[in-house]
Amino acid sequence: MDTNDSLRVASLWHSMHAISQQLSPTVGCSGIELLEADTFDLHCFQSLTGTKFFVVSEPGTQHMEALLKVIYELYTDYVLKNPFYEMEMPIRCELFDLNLSQAVQKDRVALLGR
Amino acid sequence: MQFFGGSDVSPSPPAPTAGGHNANVMYMFNRNGVCLFYREWNRPLRTLNPQQDHKLMFGLLFSLKSLTAKMDPTGADKRNLGVPQLPGQGCSFHSFRTNTYKLSFMESPSGIKIILVTHPRTGDLREALKYIYSLYVEYVAKNPLYDPGTPIRCDLFNTNLDLYVRSIS
Repeated sequence: MDTNDSLRVASLWHSMHAISQQLSPTVGCSGIELLEADTFDLHCFQSLTGTKFFVVSEPGTQHMEALLKVIYELYTDYVLKNPFYEMEMPIRCELFDLNLSQAVQKDRVALLGR
Repeated sequence: MQFFGGSDVSPSPPAPTAGGHNANVMYMFNRNGVCLFYREWNRPLRTLNPQQDHKLMFGLLFSLKSLTAKMDPTGADKRNLGVPQLPGQGCSFHSFRTNTYKLSFMESPSGIKIILVTHPRTGDLREALKYIYSLYVEYVAKNPLYDPGTPIRCDLFNTNLDLYVRSIS
C-alpha cells in the first residue's frame, strides 16, 4: 500500500468514524473503537483533539488500547514537541519511528513471548 | 454524565433485561440499497429522518466493506478503494463497537444485508444473524405474495423476529 492509498484509507476512516457517531441510537457516542473483520481487528483511539490512531491486529488480540495510549504518548513526545514538525503534515521523525517499533516489539514479546 | 431527558434516566447504555428486548435497532437492505426492513425496539436518539438514516447506514456499510477489503493484511487480490465488491468477495467486517453501541453485520450471497444494533457489551452475534436470515428465508422469501426488492410487511416474520431478539443475550 503506497502513500496515496494510506491517505485515502485514513480519510475514509475519518468520515466513517464521524458517520458512526451520527447513527448512534443513544446520546454520547464518540465513534468506532473496535472494528472486527474476518482476518483482522482494527482498534482506534481518539484523543481529545480529534486525532485518531488506529492499529490493525490479528483477530482477538487483547490490550491494544494500552498500546494505543503508549503510541499517543510517543506521538506527543517525539512529534508534537519537535520544533521542525509542521502540523497536519505527514510525520517524518526518526526518533518517533524508532521508539514506535520498539514499543510494538516490546508489546509483541510481552503478549506472545517471542 | 449524560442526561437523556426522558422518563428513564441512565448514565450508561441499557443493560439487557429479562423481559425487555436486548437489541436497539435492526435494518435489512438488499443489494441495491433499498431498505427492506427497519425495526426499532429502543432508540432514544434520532438524529436524521428515516430516509436519510437508511441511506447513511447503507453508505457507511458500503464504505466500511471497501475499507476492510483494502486493509486486509492477508494480501489477496486487492482492488482499488471504492470499487464495488461482490457479496463474499474480499475480506468483510462482521461487527464494530463504539462506546454506546455495537453494530453486527451479515451479508448473504444474494446481497441481503442484515444489521443489528445492540448495547456495547454484546458478544459475537454472527450465529444470531444467520438465524435471522433463516427466519427471513422462511417467512419472507418463501411467501408467494412477497415482491422481492420491496419493503417487508409480513406479520409472521415480525412476531418471530421479536420472539428471537428477546432471547439474544
